[in-house]
Amino acid sequence: MYAWIWRHLPGPTPLRLVVALLLVAAVAALLLTVVFPWAVPLLPGQDVSVE
Amino acid sequence: MSATPADQDRAGTRTRAAVGVVGELLLTAGVVLCLFVVYALFGTGVATSQAQDALDRELEALDRLEVGGDTTAEGAAEAQAGAAYARMRIPRLGEGWEWVVVQGVEVADLQRGPGHYLASADPGEIGNFAVAGHRATYGEPFAHLDRVRVGDAILVDYQGAEYRYLVTESFLTTPGNGDVVAPVPGDPTARPTEALITLTTCHPRFSGRERLIIHGVLEGQVD
Repeated sequence: MYAWIWRHLPGPTPLRLVVALLLVAAVAALLLTVVFPWAVPLLPGQDVSVE
Repeated sequence: MSATPADQDRAGTRTRAAVGVVGELLLTAGVVLCLFVVYALFGTGVATSQAQDALDRELEALDRLEVGGDTTAEGAAEAQAGAAYARMRIPRLGEGWEWVVVQGVEVADLQRGPGHYLASADPGEIGNFAVAGHRATYGEPFAHLDRVRVGDAILVDYQGAEYRYLVTESFLTTPGNGDVVAPVPGDPTARPTEALITLTTCHPRFSGRERLIIHGVLEGQVD
């Protein structure tokens, strides 16, 4: 899968490396700002009040 | 009809490719889960600490209003859910243990700090001043609430006065036992005659199975 992505990145190796790092950064940003903040309240131990 | 060696070669290549993709996905999932654990344990605290800084400024602005004798200060302090409400210190949990309590105990409120049960009494008032806080994640204000002992002090700054409560009780209960935050804990229909404080958090840490409850009674007030 990653080999397939690597083959489809444009340009020579240095440019591919930059694009690959940008892709990784974009995925990490999505996880840290959207996915993880949504998922943490679903963990056990998040309810601290009584009803 | 039997497969030719060429057919078998192609099938083998496809299988290897599929196994490779599954392996890469599993490795990726492992890395993402590790990241998630780090985020949950430490990353959530970063946002909470920023929120506490903002709440601290909010309270200081309110204090200045009160010092200036502005009569609208009282109204301004009748805070909305999520707004800065009071300061709390528990010396047993360390010299630096000081948190700004926010109004409300909804998910978003508690991500910013310990939260005041909206329906419960204000600090110093006859009744039960009740506060919930995270035991883990989001800055974990009540991480070590189990270390608090009977007789320990809980100090609350609210609207220019400091209230000193002394812990009377520490116990575990079920999440559905809402009576612990009633004006008279355990007796929701009774009329309160004492000024009490109640802290609630989850127990054991990282689990929602039970609740750890701390009760205290008002000992004194410094204006």
